Amino acid sequence: MDLKDIIKPENRVYAKTPVLTENVMHYCPGCSHGTVHKIIAEVIEEMGIQEKTIGISPVGCSVFAYNYVDIDWQQAAHGRAPALATATKRLLPDKYVFTYQGDGDLASIGTAEIMHACNRGENIVVIFINNAIYGMTGGQMAPTTLIGMKTSTSPYGRTEELHGKPLKITELIAQLEGTCYVSRQSVQSAAAARKTKRAIRKAFENSAMSKGTSFVEVVSACNSGWKLSPVKANEWMVENMFPQYPLGDIKDR
Amino acid sequence: MKGNEAIAISAIRNGCDGYFGYPITPQSEVMETLMEEKPWETTGMVVLQAESETSSINMLYGGASCGKKVMTSSSSPGLSLMCEGLSYLAGAELPCVVVNVVRGGPGLGTIQPGQGDYFQACKGGGHGDYKMVVLAPSSAQEMYDFVDLGFDLAFKYLNPVMILADGVVGQMMEKVELKPMKSRWSDEYIKSTFKWATTGKTPDRKQNVITSLALDAAVHERLNHKLQLKYKKMQQEDVRFETFMCEDAEHVIVAYGCMARICENTVELARAEGIKLGLLRPITLFPFPTEEINRLVPQLKTMMSVELSAGQMVEDVRLAVNGRVPVNFFGRLGGIVPSPEEVFEAFKKEIK
Repeated sequence: MDLKDIIKPENRVYAKTPVLTENVMHYCPGCSHGTVHKIIAEVIEEMGIQEKTIGISPVGCSVFAYNYVDIDWQQAAHGRAPALATATKRLLPDKYVFTYQGDGDLASIGTAEIMHACNRGENIVVIFINNAIYGMTGGQMAPTTLIGMKTSTSPYGRTEELHGKPLKITELIAQLEGTCYVSRQSVQSAAAARKTKRAIRKAFENSAMSKGTSFVEVVSACNSGWKLSPVKANEWMVENMFPQYPLGDIKDR
Repeated sequence: MKGNEAIAISAIRNGCDGYFGYPITPQSEVMETLMEEKPWETTGMVVLQAESETSSINMLYGGASCGKKVMTSSSSPGLSLMCEGLSYLAGAELPCVVVNVVRGGPGLGTIQPGQGDYFQACKGGGHGDYKMVVLAPSSAQEMYDFVDLGFDLAFKYLNPVMILADGVVGQMMEKVELKPMKSRWSDEYIKSTFKWATTGKTPDRKQNVITSLALDAAVHERLNHKLQLKYKKMQQEDVRFETFMCEDAEHVIVAYGCMARICENTVELARAEGIKLGLLRPITLFPFPTEEINRLVPQLKTMMSVELSAGQMVEDVRLAVNGRVPVNFFGRLGGIVPSPEEVFEAFKKEIK
């Protein structure tokens, strides 16, 4: 049997979803953004909602999410994505509207917008990438940065005295009655990525049922910002991030 | 009805799709009237009280991205919070109408009327090189009319339009003639007319992306040049103003909003004493009626800008006059509105 006999469409076990564009991602090798983008694109393809989905991209590394997921996008000012999503969903109620935000965007400058959108129970999906650092601006401290973690604005390590403890924003969000589903996942392994995909799919399905806001945090690696190799970054994340940000569904109603 | 109520009623009657706002004196009647009218039950218009002015202006960004007619209203301190969003809306070339019922500043200032936000409205306010069409109503009727005109201009230029009112025009009660109703645009109309809007990517077109970001310097310069051309076009095609007794005038007062109403009486006082005084009322503060001032200057001895500020519009008058005749200024601050007589006294002192 020749190799050509094997390489046939009917024998294919994996293909890139057409909802991902052909553009080469600008993310660093080892970064979690690419995996989460792929998961979102696959969910959109599997649900057949490419024509009905509008994404809101943040300020941060994933500002360019629109270059990779082939849907209509709005690019928001820093932290304001939930306000854009609110108006978009209310003016186009038959659309699936989601925001994609990092920890600086969602948990620092955009706390008012995310809290109130979730409290109003907007029928939107929020994907929250928590890598405990500002990636795009060069590795500064985030509200979710761990105690002792060194960043360019906490060069001797974050201290509780100076900056307070890491903000568990997802636990806060879960308290709000407008949210129907709040989950924390990760993508450092195939198994973890599959769980994240289930969570994100569920979030989009909730949106169709008008159950309220669905919020999925993905604890992510920023190996460049953390100054670790991709493999070491994932190990460090499992060891240090997961105890502070335990995985699993926090709320499901 | 009150000027502020006229804004609300006009929004409903002119096919507005969404109002997003946050309460602040002296314009809270806008959202109160909308909530009382419940337009979502009649025209389907969305009305939402946001958690802040920052959020309301960003809701406009979301709604405008969908090709919808969206608006907000606020007063001075609220507008300061919206400046970030206005810069993004201008950068992303999104249409919307923003009403500022100006009060006295700076800071929390006073809830009394003011015109101290002229610079913020006309010279930018937010970051970067951008402009907005700024309409200055001087009656409740114009509050009503300028919502519709504002949406026309916003969609003509794909740019925010500001209605720069003041506490007097907002609170003043006058007769308002309601024009025939316009219905809201259908989703099909929006999809086929505004091909840039985020209405959902269909297989027959590329994805639509609304953004103000362009990291490549050359691309970003091109984007800026495109914006500047648009602002030039505004100056060529959409200057609006009114003149009162300017034909034979030797002196002209320039005033807008409530001060134009007061200065009309000042002109009458002057004419009764045989002084040839006229009034120029800019209706668009940007684009400014520079050409009309140019046309008037040869017949004039002096000009005077009268404002509820420490002197902001006077700078544009002086730029237009370019030193050819003296340009005087009279202003009151802190929410004090001068009488026609007070303006007349100030005018006489200057021309002595």
